Amino acid sequence: MTEMTYRDALRKALYDAMTEDPSVILLGEEVGRYGGAYGVTKDLIKEFGAERVIDTPISEPAIVGAAVGAAMTGLRPVAELMYVDFIGMTMDQLGNQAAKIRYMFGGQIGVPMVLRTQGGTGRSAGAQHSQSLEALVMHTPGLRLAMPATVEDAYHLLRQSLRRPDPVVFIEHKALYTMKADVDLDAEPLPWGKAAVRRHGKDIVIVTYSRQLHYALKAADQLAKRGIEATVIDLRTLNPLDFDTIREHVQAVGRCMVVSEGVLTSGVAAELAARITEECFDYLEDPVVRVAGEDIPISVSATLEAGSVPNANLIENVAGRMVA
Amino acid sequence: MTSPATNSQLYDFYAGMRRVRTFEERVGELFVRGHSAGSMLHLSIGEESAAIGVCSAMKPQDTFTTHHRGHGIFLARGAEPARMMAEIGGKEAGYCHGKGGSMHIADMSLGHLGANAIVGGGIPAVVGAGLSAKIKKTGGVSVAFFGDGAMQQGILYESMNMAALWDLPVLFVCINNQYGMGTRIDQATRNTNLHERALAFGLEGRSVDGIDVEVVAEAARELMDQARAGRPGFLAVSCYRFYGHARKDKSPYRDPAEEEAGRLRDPVAHARAQLVSAGVVPEAQLDTLDAEIAAEMDATIDFTVAQSEPPLASMFRDVYAPEEPEPEPLRTRLDRVLARE
Repeated sequence: MTEMTYRDALRKALYDAMTEDPSVILLGEEVGRYGGAYGVTKDLIKEFGAERVIDTPISEPAIVGAAVGAAMTGLRPVAELMYVDFIGMTMDQLGNQAAKIRYMFGGQIGVPMVLRTQGGTGRSAGAQHSQSLEALVMHTPGLRLAMPATVEDAYHLLRQSLRRPDPVVFIEHKALYTMKADVDLDAEPLPWGKAAVRRHGKDIVIVTYSRQLHYALKAADQLAKRGIEATVIDLRTLNPLDFDTIREHVQAVGRCMVVSEGVLTSGVAAELAARITEECFDYLEDPVVRVAGEDIPISVSATLEAGSVPNANLIENVAGRMVA
Repeated sequence: MTSPATNSQLYDFYAGMRRVRTFEERVGELFVRGHSAGSMLHLSIGEESAAIGVCSAMKPQDTFTTHHRGHGIFLARGAEPARMMAEIGGKEAGYCHGKGGSMHIADMSLGHLGANAIVGGGIPAVVGAGLSAKIKKTGGVSVAFFGDGAMQQGILYESMNMAALWDLPVLFVCINNQYGMGTRIDQATRNTNLHERALAFGLEGRSVDGIDVEVVAEAARELMDQARAGRPGFLAVSCYRFYGHARKDKSPYRDPAEEEAGRLRDPVAHARAQLVSAGVVPEAQLDTLDAEIAAEMDATIDFTVAQSEPPLASMFRDVYAPEEPEPEPLRTRLDRVLARE
């Protein structure tokens, strides 16, 4: 077992992938000499050179577009979008090009690129640097979507993303970079596309991903002290979505809450709640409840910021009321 | 004027341009006869010198992207007209099995990284393809073809900047047919000396008159040679879009006198007149060539009409790689969801 941070694990995944596969290149703003805005690519330029760790101008659409062209011609680019909030700038290249090229061209070619980015609250970064925009990606057929919550998954999901045949949007959480864990990266990882059941309990299923996993687990600890046992499912990837695991546990338990940091309306939690209701209706004791971000922009005030997204106390409170 | 190409080259250029024109005329016919998939068909009639001239400087290892008016370029790179026409008809036998159509046609075996229905959308891919060519030392150049409409899209400038900054083997080719849909170039931008923008980014830049395919070919050859040596470039080819934006557009926004004058700027007729006046090819031989091309292109319509539509189930194919599960069809899902005990 080795102790490392989420950031270290991401860096190691890039290092190992670049060592193993010479076609892997990195390109993005500040990924080289600066080492990445959050330090994930620190010193990789020293290891692999400026030809493979490419500092780009501040041109998000062309960063993604160049990655598309590189991926179509034999490279495995990892493009970096410094903040997921900038994804709107790139949506033509991501949503109209990367996502649709295989389909539009009748399966002639795929776009095996990874778009690394990070999102979420926790650093008083304000309305344009704190969003959770995974629903935009999940709403676009053709794009895979990975959102690691743990140190192990930061490593394994990124390695797996770099072996996928289709474009993967890989959204890290900015509040998790310094999280530490003892990990054995040689242990066999869960397969790509498989959800992890992080805790087993008979009273309620909490379905979540990314940072909210940690709040859900904390809430589950608190609930256990009150005699309420929660199952906690970490989706790990939102596309592919492991609905089999969700269905199995929701049907066995009969009660479900979906937790997401993204805004409530038309969000990931809404999609999951709809699917659970359609597929598990006869097993449910209660309506599926969404615990999600408020339908408001994120503030820089730490108080307003923290208040606008779910936390462990809210999850515990809601679960307690559902089970009661 | 002195011709930079040999007369045999001019004959080939003429034949290529005639094939493009005749193909486009048959696309129009396919639409009129009701066998095209939709009416979003953008003909490159009047622009043939850009396709044939630039592509004459390309090599097998080169890659390219095109825009929504890209039939001629694809033909110039060796496309099979019948498979193109079938794709335009939305048929299974088309290049993309009926999923791409006129504006999303591609063929990796010919280096065609794709046509594009987003103005400027295909441009940055050549930066990535140029990066691949440079890193993998393929000796290839990647060429972006786009119209004057894309000159006002930011993605072009991001892409030109990167290509220049990284010394990529890339050529940007603007086919300036004077109109972005119904907006004339001087209604869209103040400075219509388009290549000057490329110079500002440190690219090699030229503007040429598309009336003469040999002039286009010579400029392209020089710029392609430089691009292959890591000095990316930009070429604007000035021409006139003979007909409307798409098949249903009669271009009422254009002055008939302007259209009449514009259609006189005909690169196909110009090349033909040069060949005949130089006395290299008897006019009768060109008539024979034209008739052969007409027959070849007629056959593409017959082929297309005879082809079948793609099977309905194929719509779930190729969203993801073939080894991945296909998306569950909604109807299957509904049956599953509604089958409650």
